[in-house]
Amino acid sequence: MSPATTLYRGHEGMWMWVVHRTTGVAVFFFLLVHVLDTALVRVSPEAYNEVIGSYKTPLYAIIEAGLVAAIALHAFNGLRIIAVDRSTWALRHQRQLVWAVWIGFAILMLGFLPRHLMHAFGGA
Amino acid sequence: MAQAPDLTAPKRPVSHSTLGRAQRWSWMFQRISGVVLIVLIFTHLFINLWWGDGINQIDFAFVAGKLASPFWQWFDFLMLTLAMIHGANGMRMIIDDYARNPAWRATLQWALRIATVIIVVLGTLVLFTFDPCPADADPSLLPSLCEDI
Repeated sequence: MSPATTLYRGHEGMWMWVVHRTTGVAVFFFLLVHVLDTALVRVSPEAYNEVIGSYKTPLYAIIEAGLVAAIALHAFNGLRIIAVDRSTWALRHQRQLVWAVWIGFAILMLGFLPRHLMHAFGGA
Repeated sequence: MAQAPDLTAPKRPVSHSTLGRAQRWSWMFQRISGVVLIVLIFTHLFINLWWGDGINQIDFAFVAGKLASPFWQWFDFLMLTLAMIHGANGMRMIIDDYARNPAWRATLQWALRIATVIIVVLGTLVLFTFDPCPADADPSLLPSLCEDI
């Protein structure tokens, strides 16, 4: 692809912008659903337990892992955006900070995923 | 391969003094609420999804046990309102970026505002009018604190 055909060059900053938007939209729509399902505690214990029970299935366990991943990426990249905006050091090192975001994300998922999957699939 | 579009001057000049003020507040709010939300949501996920029995512990008794305490009521209220405004503010920018037709853009922005108000009001009402020990409920589904009543 010749670089002149697009305004965007696909470097780290642009991809993290795409990641920030997609994870943000995903978490927003989950939040709408999550407030509605939690509102069922106001209806009856049975209604809440029945709906929340569907979250405890293998399919939802995977979706929850994806949700936590989206939140973690959005959170760490948000901190990178603030840093790049506030400090010239961070601005000069914004590419390295992209790697810091992914490393922080990997560490958090390593701490969360095994335990969550054990809870969901009956190991713990 | 499509050519990159030419960057032409906007047909209608934009007032940077007023646009700048509103956008600066929006950006400031997004950053400050973002940092607070990291603390709130990571705590929420740690307590509900990692600690104890993880996802398996979530049922009416668990939620009622938490929401019986004013600390968690206000914690959840702050998380709900900040997350909804932060999320709606982000969605507002995305709609402005992609919805090019003015009528369609206005429809989406109003749908977003209405949905945001409904969710915040509903969530707040649930948090503060909620009874952890409903009188007519099956006692086996209730939190242990209800035994003392």
